[in-house]
Amino acid sequence: MDMKRDYYEDIRFFTSGVTVFWFVVLIVFLSAFPFLVKNYYVYVANYMAINVIVAVGLNILVGYTGQISLGHAGFFAIGAYGTVTLMTSAHVPFLPALFLAAGTAAFFGFLLGLPALRLEGPYLAIVTLGFGLTVTQVIGKLDFFGGRQGLHAPDLVIGSWNLDTDREFYYLVMVITVVMVVAVRNIIKTRVGRAFIAIRDADIAAEAMGVNLVVFKTLAFALSAFCTGIAGGLYAFVLRFIEPEIFTLLMSIMFLAMVVVGGLGSIMGSITGACLLSWMDLQLRNILSFPHVGTWLESLSRMYFSITGVSNIQFILFGGIMIAIMLFEPLGIFGIWIRTKKYWKTWPF
Amino acid sequence: MLNFLQMVVNGIAAGSIYALMGLAMVIIYKTSEVPNFAQGEMALVCSYLAYMFLDQYGLPVYAVFPAVLVFAFLLGCLLEFAVLRRAKEPNVLGMIIITIGLEMILMGIVSWKFGAEQKTMPFPVSPYDSLVIGKLYISSLEAMMLCVTLVIMGILFVFLRFSKLGVAMKATQQNATAARLMGIRVRRILMGTWGISSVVGCTAGLLISTTLMQPYMMWDPLLKGFAAAVLGGMTSLPGAVVGAYLLGIIENLFGGYVSIEFKSTVAFAVIVLILCIKPSGLFARHYVKKV
Repeated sequence: MDMKRDYYEDIRFFTSGVTVFWFVVLIVFLSAFPFLVKNYYVYVANYMAINVIVAVGLNILVGYTGQISLGHAGFFAIGAYGTVTLMTSAHVPFLPALFLAAGTAAFFGFLLGLPALRLEGPYLAIVTLGFGLTVTQVIGKLDFFGGRQGLHAPDLVIGSWNLDTDREFYYLVMVITVVMVVAVRNIIKTRVGRAFIAIRDADIAAEAMGVNLVVFKTLAFALSAFCTGIAGGLYAFVLRFIEPEIFTLLMSIMFLAMVVVGGLGSIMGSITGACLLSWMDLQLRNILSFPHVGTWLESLSRMYFSITGVSNIQFILFGGIMIAIMLFEPLGIFGIWIRTKKYWKTWPF
Repeated sequence: MLNFLQMVVNGIAAGSIYALMGLAMVIIYKTSEVPNFAQGEMALVCSYLAYMFLDQYGLPVYAVFPAVLVFAFLLGCLLEFAVLRRAKEPNVLGMIIITIGLEMILMGIVSWKFGAEQKTMPFPVSPYDSLVIGKLYISSLEAMMLCVTLVIMGILFVFLRFSKLGVAMKATQQNATAARLMGIRVRRILMGTWGISSVVGCTAGLLISTTLMQPYMMWDPLLKGFAAAVLGGMTSLPGAVVGAYLLGIIENLFGGYVSIEFKSTVAFAVIVLILCIKPSGLFARHYVKKV
């Protein structure tokens, strides 16, 4: 788009007064949001924000470094279980526990990054997939983590501030989300981020230019896992109850779908994709209560399908969206945005 | 010793299913470089179709199963023609996403139609009969699985080695451009490989549905089959079979001697270990990318 004339122009956060304006509008909107809407939508916003953190983190790995991960539910589980067990068993306060758990996730990300140095394509897919499944299985079998029964999240207290409602929790989640997203965006603009992009575009050329593949590939896995771990720790307090069955392969697929639908290699795209898909996920769970469509679907289900499996329509829709995006717009929502912007650039001429 | 042999036999029986799924994935991967995550759900659709005909319409088994296999072939062709062929600038990640999307659609349709509860497939062979060979027990169902797998492997071998279509497929796998110059309809061959792979997967689905029938039943065999294919090198048909039996045996031995709880986890640990040593699997040559 616009030409960058010097380094500062490339790395600075606000490219013009317009971006400052929209950023301020966004922050004001986010801080006023809990007072404007019903409690349920605050819960929805929390859920979305957590998915945004994961999507942005996964985008570091998939979009910027060009690796594949089908195992991010594993990091998510490590973050969630780590935070809860540290708080209940070791009585660590919330924020240190969250960062310790995310650090553990990052360590596992580093470990997963080691085999990834030699693997690519389907080989990497099966290794990450196996990692995700293994984490869930191991956690499910250990009594220390509550086994199949799961764990209840303890009360969330930071200093003297007891966050027991969704509205209070919202502010915590939002602050962490904004900080994480801005941090990731800044990392992408530094030397590290440029190394990631170089690895994605041509890893051999990158190595020849002096990018240390061992360091940067494992770093990409670790960073991505760290973000996912943070999100997992927060998610435990959204649900208030965690069990191994939550962190399935389907969850990893949903994370990947968010990144792909939003647009690979774009922070804004990941945010949009995460918001869109998590909104759809929550809404489509009770698809039968939709106006007009709901009654029609109900009669359709009774006549030709089964009424018990009607919630599975959401999988059909998700699958359809994923395929449509890949077939028609491989850059996702971000690609559509770029094209629209280009189209209107010289309007009205 | 007897115990050990018994576990190996059970492992081989379990490995047959993985072998079929692995073969199905390799057939597609060799021609189009797509790790097909929809494989399991394609088989799922076929198994549920068979269930519908057998249970609800009361048709005889010998009529239903061939019909379902034909349906599986058509389904595979249709998916390739309607979806995979339409992909612009395909890369590995994009293809994985598309097949995962297909998988979600197919699974959604099946579980919408039939609900999530467990079904029982009316099948002529009972899962409770067993054969005794020497002192080893093997259930007649497992024996049948083993036989069917061997027969299918035999047919595939003969087909790829001696039939004109099979040779054309191999030519396409080795070099699509050259094959096209020789007058092979490459895209049609591609469609055909999807069909054949779908038939192979569908047999696995039908065999599994005799003991377990619910919408999630294909997840585990698919992943294990995929793992077996990767273990064998993803481009080698014998490799996938060997990998599958190896996986089945290792899994059962681990379950017998170490811990039954982590039985299904050990497969992936083995995969990671082997891939660390041989990054392209056991039977494929490792190509180092050149600039």
